[in-house]
Amino acid sequence: MTRLITQCDLKRPGFRLHARLDIPAQGITAVFGRSGSGKTTLLRCLAGLERNATGLISVNDRVWQESSKGIFIPVHQRAVGMVFQQPCLFPHMTVRANLNYGLARTPLSQRHMPWDQVIEMLGIGALLERYPQHLSLGEQQRVSIGRAVLSNPCLLLMDEPLASLDAPRKDEILPFIKRLNREMNIPVVYVSHSVQEIVQLADTLVLVHEGQATVAGPIHEIFSRLGMQEYFGEVAGAIIDAHVIAHEAEFDLTCLEFYGRRLYVPRHSLNIGDAVRVHVLSRNVSLSLAPPQAPTSVLNIIEARVIEIGAAVPGKSAVEVKLDAGCPILATITRKSLHALALSPGQCVYASIKAASLQ
Amino acid sequence: MPTALDLAPLWLSLQLASVTTVLLLLFATPLAWWLANTRARGRAIIEAMVALPLVLPPTVLGFYLLLVLGPHGALGAPWLQLTDTTLTFTFTGLVIASLLYSLPFVVQPLQNAFESLDRKSLEAAWCLRAPPLDSFFSVVLPQAMRGYLTAAVLGFTHTLGEFGVVLMVGGNIPGETRVISIAIYDHVETLDYASAHWLAGLLLVFTFVVLLVVYTLNRQARVRVL
Repeated sequence: MTRLITQCDLKRPGFRLHARLDIPAQGITAVFGRSGSGKTTLLRCLAGLERNATGLISVNDRVWQESSKGIFIPVHQRAVGMVFQQPCLFPHMTVRANLNYGLARTPLSQRHMPWDQVIEMLGIGALLERYPQHLSLGEQQRVSIGRAVLSNPCLLLMDEPLASLDAPRKDEILPFIKRLNREMNIPVVYVSHSVQEIVQLADTLVLVHEGQATVAGPIHEIFSRLGMQEYFGEVAGAIIDAHVIAHEAEFDLTCLEFYGRRLYVPRHSLNIGDAVRVHVLSRNVSLSLAPPQAPTSVLNIIEARVIEIGAAVPGKSAVEVKLDAGCPILATITRKSLHALALSPGQCVYASIKAASLQ
Repeated sequence: MPTALDLAPLWLSLQLASVTTVLLLLFATPLAWWLANTRARGRAIIEAMVALPLVLPPTVLGFYLLLVLGPHGALGAPWLQLTDTTLTFTFTGLVIASLLYSLPFVVQPLQNAFESLDRKSLEAAWCLRAPPLDSFFSVVLPQAMRGYLTAAVLGFTHTLGEFGVVLMVGGNIPGETRVISIAIYDHVETLDYASAHWLAGLLLVFTFVVLLVVYTLNRQARVRVL
């Protein structure tokens, strides 16, 4: 069974990591949490870089650590690929030597990464004879991804690999990571504090909050849960899988479709038929009991059914409502509105989503 | 111009310095690595002990070495039993004394080099399937090359200029313990200033040239890759 099981504890002065995870060891798993929540420490435990961690870590039934039996497989025997926040290339080696460092130490029987294809995919073919200090940060990070991939890891760990890059570079590298996972078939664990990145990338989501890593599941399911403000704050809201059906060039809009419903978003460079993920923030969704009669500026009015209403907490004016519009959508409304509309599960409502709020 | 006999102390000094430097680089590497990486409480004690020869009068160090290496000393007695020779007033004894005397000059540059190394670079090597020893030779050593160069040169030149410890432990036996600094002192005592001039001048020029080469290399290294 391809599972990644982590039951791991680590104590440091002023910090405690407590991880209880059982997630699929395939696809892309995003580890999400605020800065200092313990995401990186969790990743380092998986890699075997934290000798003081105790507990159990196993990947695909291979035990990497089982403290109760005194088992601790050292880092270099785990076959993990690690991409750090900084590229960490070896400064005394050319790009080619850096790329081949892990490959040369891989047993022949495990060398199945296609060298040329990886180099081409990362677009680093022209850099091979140069030294790291003569590369831009984005180029260095791509080389470091290539170096990790060419060591033929059974698990690729990435610690905010895009954090040190500017936005255009990020957009350049993000698709690589997806392609690496899909085409090279390497499971990826990806640490990030950027909701935008994980919405684009992840299949599975692990949430880390103040050292606690116990909440995990399919990304759509986690994002459509009620009461996740603790983790997501302002960016709570469901993810919709849609595909492009038309562009309205005149107004710079793209029209998407999901479960027979239409959704206008600001113009995308995607082609007709392409799949796209839309993150609908719950605070941008408002509800009404009937479709608005008078003309409205809101382009997206979607018929939906109330599934669940979040707990109304005294002292908080807002409450979350979970809707079924083919797929789940979250809306945040005031308690006063909830009272005025007298919403209850099963009821039919119309959700308004401003197109300008969608990316 | 000194006769051939007068140059013997110079060769002896060069021999002593070479042997000591090679041995020190070997021994100091694990010690410096440990000092650079450990968080153990004993670290400060070890660091202080390593640094002692920097500030201790050579006669003090020499005095204790004389006791330890002497025929009844902790090292000297077993050595006498094993080899039937004494450690004091021999070349071997001088090497042991020089190892201690020049230790900080080799350990400290290495420790600095190891400490300035990016630890992530080492972790990256481990994650690329390199076992610890392999990653030391393939990643740490090449990046610490300048530290090694500095350590070797400081260890070598410092051993070359050794006087007080040699006098205490080695005495003044031609061809065995009569190193260049002792020979110069001898010449001055016997008012043979001409010979003293020659040897002192040779040592001065030699040491200067070595340091010049090192600093030139270091400057180039900063611009070039390594």
